[in-house]
Amino acid sequence: MSAIEAAPGRRVTAQPRSRPGVWTVYRWELLKLRFQKRTYLGLGAAIIVPILFVVAVHFRHHRDNGGDFAFASYLTKSGLVFPLVILLFGAVWLFPLITALVAGDIFASEDHNGTLKTVLTRSLERWQIFVGKGLTALTYAIVAIALTGTVAVIAGSIESGFNSVQTLSGTIVSASKGLELVYLSLLVYLIPIATVVCIGLLLSTVTRNSAAAVVGTLMISLLFQLIGVLPGLGALQPYLLSTQFNAWQGLLRQPIDWSPIVRAAWVCAMYAVPALGTAFLVFLRRDVAGG
Amino acid sequence: MTHPPAPEERPATGAPPPVEVRGLVKRYGELEAVAGVDLTVNAGDVYGYLGPNGAGKTTCLRMMLGLIRPTEGTVRLFGRDPLQTVAALDDVAGFVEAPTFYPYLSGRRNLELLAAFDGGDASDRIDEALETVELTDRARDRIGGYSHGMRQRIGIAAALLRDPKLLLLDEPATGLDPAGMRDMRLLIRRLADQGMTVLLSSHLLAEVEELCNRVAIVRTGKIVYEGAIADLKRGAGATYRLSTTNDGRALAVCQAQPGIGDVRTVHGKISFTGDDAAVAVLSQALVEAGALIHSLAPETVTLEDLFFSLTEGDGVVNGDTPVGQPAPAEASR
Repeated sequence: MSAIEAAPGRRVTAQPRSRPGVWTVYRWELLKLRFQKRTYLGLGAAIIVPILFVVAVHFRHHRDNGGDFAFASYLTKSGLVFPLVILLFGAVWLFPLITALVAGDIFASEDHNGTLKTVLTRSLERWQIFVGKGLTALTYAIVAIALTGTVAVIAGSIESGFNSVQTLSGTIVSASKGLELVYLSLLVYLIPIATVVCIGLLLSTVTRNSAAAVVGTLMISLLFQLIGVLPGLGALQPYLLSTQFNAWQGLLRQPIDWSPIVRAAWVCAMYAVPALGTAFLVFLRRDVAGG
Repeated sequence: MTHPPAPEERPATGAPPPVEVRGLVKRYGELEAVAGVDLTVNAGDVYGYLGPNGAGKTTCLRMMLGLIRPTEGTVRLFGRDPLQTVAALDDVAGFVEAPTFYPYLSGRRNLELLAAFDGGDASDRIDEALETVELTDRARDRIGGYSHGMRQRIGIAAALLRDPKLLLLDEPATGLDPAGMRDMRLLIRRLADQGMTVLLSSHLLAEVEELCNRVAIVRTGKIVYEGAIADLKRGAGATYRLSTTNDGRALAVCQAQPGIGDVRTVHGKISFTGDDAAVAVLSQALVEAGALIHSLAPETVTLEDLFFSLTEGDGVVNGDTPVGQPAPAEASR
């Protein structure tokens, strides 16, 4: 550092500083994701799982045509069924895990790297950083689900063809209508996933530990599933987060059954709003004493 | 190297001071990490914030930057409260403890991120800041591979992006090799000469003595001295070392002499404190008592002596003058 003579000169006139905002945080958080391994771990799973599923179906259907779950008998008739079956089985663990990889890490990693004090002493309010990070975690979940759905549609169509689909009511819809229903189902599935994002953000801010937040988020999701199968707790079923992961099935009835979707919206809000609100307040008011 | 003029020598501008801390307290349960700190850093000061480990320096700096909420008291940076608005940090930069960055991003990318978070024209200063800290060649390497010294330097570069009027540095030379420490000292000096106000905490007392015009010395969360280093030394009283042809007799003369205090033998020489007039009378008394003087010299009191006296001792340095008193300028506030 002997070239200290080159120290930057002082500004001559004071000009109002143009302030960064939520968009700045969001853009840079997305860029940071590009450089982190966990990003590719989650997105990799989002791509590989549907491919593995299609391969498994390919080798299995000669021996055993069909199964005992919704859409099982149609796996060999239309590729559009694949994303729906993956939603059915990946609902409670796969997507919550992928979602938690980023939502659970996004604040905790700042504590781990000691960088919270670095960003909080720049020109951004804490709420702007919180909102930017929250939107990033949600974006990641959306991308992961869209990726899974798209890969499943493509790989499934290669395997079983881009054909019409039978709804849960037994009616047949065209392939294009079926494709529309697949993406609408993914959209509805985002309601509980957004709740998982909020829970991940809460654990990330409260525990300040990535591993604890990621595992904790997945555990909470599985815990709801466990509560749902306990005898004597059937009355709770409609209000459990795990139940809302199946709300998208209402779209596959003729006529569309909106009641599970509406219920998913308010039940998920019941979990998401307190989780997000608490995370927000904790982040806003916490002392940054470490790092 | 000249220190900036003492604040009382500067014309009053009416502008709020860069740092004004009043009654700052931070408690963690029963532990009082910061116990009622008052300090003022005036424009142009190079202000040393000193104290042993665990004295509450970093907690105090974090409160100044709005990272920690005080239990009691107020912080104002250029008159604004950093807890109310991040705009209070507009003219402020620095780091507490080691500067930290995203290890998976390159040095340049980290600076780009921070410049984006700064807004304004901060991104225009990236190249200049990298050049200043001589990291241009390593700017594209991941920070995870940087040495400690390089991280300290990129920390300074990140601070310079904000073109600050106030620089808060927590142990900026920690972990640097001697050349790095020298360069860091020169950089701080140069920034101060350009008009930047600097508040730095440091364990390197010689560095603080060389760089700073004012200091606060903190002990167990409380400031035991705040003011100019010169006032601190003056308050410590002059200490002399004496050697004579008959030290036994000289010791007795010293002990009996009015105006002479803290008489003792240190490393075979007589040590005492007193003002110039009392020492002149003493030298005559020694000659009259037959103790001819081999040497009589004032001993230089270093900031280190004063620091240890204030933080480990009883606040008295080699004499009967307590130094834990506010400097005249502070007392009059």
